[in-house]
Amino acid sequence: MSTTKEGFWRKYVFSTDHKIIGKQYTITGLIMALVGGYLAYVFRMNLAFPGKAIPVFGELGPQQYNAFVTIHGMIMFFWVAMPILLAGLGNLLIPLMIGTDDMAFPTVNMISFWIFLLSTIILIASFFVPGGASAGGWTLYPPLSANGYVNESPDFFPTLFSGTPLLILAVALEFTSMLMGGINFLTTTINKRAPGLTPFRLPLYVWFSNIASLIFMFSVGPLVAGALMLLMDIVTGTGFYNAYRGGDPILFQHLFWFFGHPEVYVVLLPSLGVTAEIISTFSRKPLFAYKGIIYLALIAAVLSVVVWAHHQFIAGIDPRMATFFSVGTIIISIPFAAIILSFISTLWGGAIRLKMPMLWAIAGMGTFLVGGLTGLFLGSSTFDIYAHDTYFVVAHFHFVLIPVVFFGTFAAIYYWYPKFFGRMLDERLGKIHLFLTVTSFIFFAFPLFFSGLGGEHRRIYEYSSFNSLMIGPYPAIRVISTVATIIMISSQLLIIINVLRSYRKGKIAGKNPWESNTLEWQTDSPPPHGNFESYPEVFRGAYDFSLPGKEKDFFPQNEK
Amino acid sequence: MSQTTVSVPAARYIPQGRLGIWILIAGELIIFGGLIACYLLYRLRFPEWGAQAAHTSTLLGAINTLVLLTSSYTIVRAHSASLEREKTKIIKWMIATISLGFVFLAIKTIEYSNEISHGFTLTSPSLVKAGDSVGANFWSFYYFMTGLHATHVIVGMIIMTAAIFQVKKEKNFHRVELAGLYWHMVDIIWIFLFPLLYIAK
Repeated sequence: MSTTKEGFWRKYVFSTDHKIIGKQYTITGLIMALVGGYLAYVFRMNLAFPGKAIPVFGELGPQQYNAFVTIHGMIMFFWVAMPILLAGLGNLLIPLMIGTDDMAFPTVNMISFWIFLLSTIILIASFFVPGGASAGGWTLYPPLSANGYVNESPDFFPTLFSGTPLLILAVALEFTSMLMGGINFLTTTINKRAPGLTPFRLPLYVWFSNIASLIFMFSVGPLVAGALMLLMDIVTGTGFYNAYRGGDPILFQHLFWFFGHPEVYVVLLPSLGVTAEIISTFSRKPLFAYKGIIYLALIAAVLSVVVWAHHQFIAGIDPRMATFFSVGTIIISIPFAAIILSFISTLWGGAIRLKMPMLWAIAGMGTFLVGGLTGLFLGSSTFDIYAHDTYFVVAHFHFVLIPVVFFGTFAAIYYWYPKFFGRMLDERLGKIHLFLTVTSFIFFAFPLFFSGLGGEHRRIYEYSSFNSLMIGPYPAIRVISTVATIIMISSQLLIIINVLRSYRKGKIAGKNPWESNTLEWQTDSPPPHGNFESYPEVFRGAYDFSLPGKEKDFFPQNEK
Repeated sequence: MSQTTVSVPAARYIPQGRLGIWILIAGELIIFGGLIACYLLYRLRFPEWGAQAAHTSTLLGAINTLVLLTSSYTIVRAHSASLEREKTKIIKWMIATISLGFVFLAIKTIEYSNEISHGFTLTSPSLVKAGDSVGANFWSFYYFMTGLHATHVIVGMIIMTAAIFQVKKEKNFHRVELAGLYWHMVDIIWIFLFPLLYIAK
């Protein structure tokens, strides 16, 4: 290995090292999470106290409200969940877990991050163009997103630099970046595994992030074409989705959800992978049904692309089709229920160590169950027609996505921070952070189930013209939910303090602070350039804990 | 590095670039597959699109198909030359392929200008005015699909040019094969577009 000194820019900014790129993705994602959280704070304040000036923002107009709701959804999905759970963690962990030096295509990897950053800048810039950011909901349904087709022959450039086209461009660039990342992940995992690391010896995170990349690559294609068609509808006046011009707006809904639903599994699977690593390590037990979990995830991946129309039960689709998609939706819950059951079975009878990563993993599983179970209600078309577009749906997907995206990310931060920064995070501060976040999250999301069942529709600026929603518990629920949101967002200060303080003052971690088996724990913390002093050879699966007759209760993959 | 017991596991199983490009091709095919599926759904709903498809030039389309198929042959010759590392031969066949790409784009330009001069444009305002907005939508699809394909032709030509410069420096001969794989994909997509847009009247 050459020992040429790289300059600051080459080493930390335009780096091709997977660890730096992974950190760049994760940090960008976390900053965007703050932006998304700020937007949530502003529109939740408006819901609780309509018409009042909002501290640290001012007054929120109806158009801005819609824009904030739209961009909040977009940011949390594509600029937080994807870059952290898939691109960030995948880049950090895959080469280390498979015992190699770097990704298969390091330059492609670097370019993919810079495309991602460009997309972030375009997204933020869309707030400041005339007319403000896109306000048609994060699903971008035409005709609303296409300005209702009021303009038959739009001016190309002024239209291009307005909210929705910029948002589409940003999303398209983000997809490109994630596709390049996906090519890298798959090639790296297929090609660069350490000797002896057979597919069924891989850690589950590697499996799951690869399955997620596959689902992403398979489902996003039609939407790439579909989004370009929507862009053309807006900027050139074509009629792909314009009913008046022989197009069909429902087609966009199909294209969007053909991607949009599998996308949920694209973020769910890496998070479950993180949970699997942590649950097994901190229960000191082999993962229950390791192979079974992989097969279940593959089944779920196949099923994930045939359930999309359950988002369109009220869009006027054929009732026979609704039956098909209802059944499919309920079937796809089976593999995930079985995966969660395997995790619980792993906990069963284990010598559990309640450290911060484990606490977050358990909190994540427990709250995710609520989201998963209410998903079963919504999957049935009879119930969905009643609950569609109400706060019941909002509560459901926040109970799915906050545990998956944020609790999963926190678990991962506590678990792997020692590996990448060489120091442990503070447990006591962490516990306060966990308690505040989880309780305030439940107080934020759980009451919304009731206001949804009471008929409170989402994406409404203020409810004063809905008499039935201005009496009874509903105004109070809006206030409770908002206060809880504020507590949840402000308690994130604790983890920021924790991460920054531990960077200098944390306890030195050493190679393997959690006494785990996978390869990333067998090298220095932080790993040197090239990752390993000598490249490991693998002799066993990733989860050989507490083997009978062994002195230690763990057995690293590279030990004979 | 003092003791490296096992070497860096690079390209243990399949040549790295080839695997990457195959995954890329899979992704591209799904983009075009989605687009073609949308087109087919509309086409089945509106039989009157046949009347619009009659305005496309089957002859020029067929010539273009022939051009692309021939270019697939030339890139295969370039690939087999790259296995022998015969620099001049590779460059000769690659330049032949790029030139055929230019011929394809030139014929496409002639087609486009014919159609535009008859009022069939991306939005076809004359058709919309005449009350045939469904027919106008055919032309939106026509320009979008062929335009996206032409973009891929141009990208393929750029990739081949880059590969030529590598071959000139006597390195990365395998990139000829990678460029060839991409070029075949562009070719195959055209094989689907041609009957759908030109022949089905």
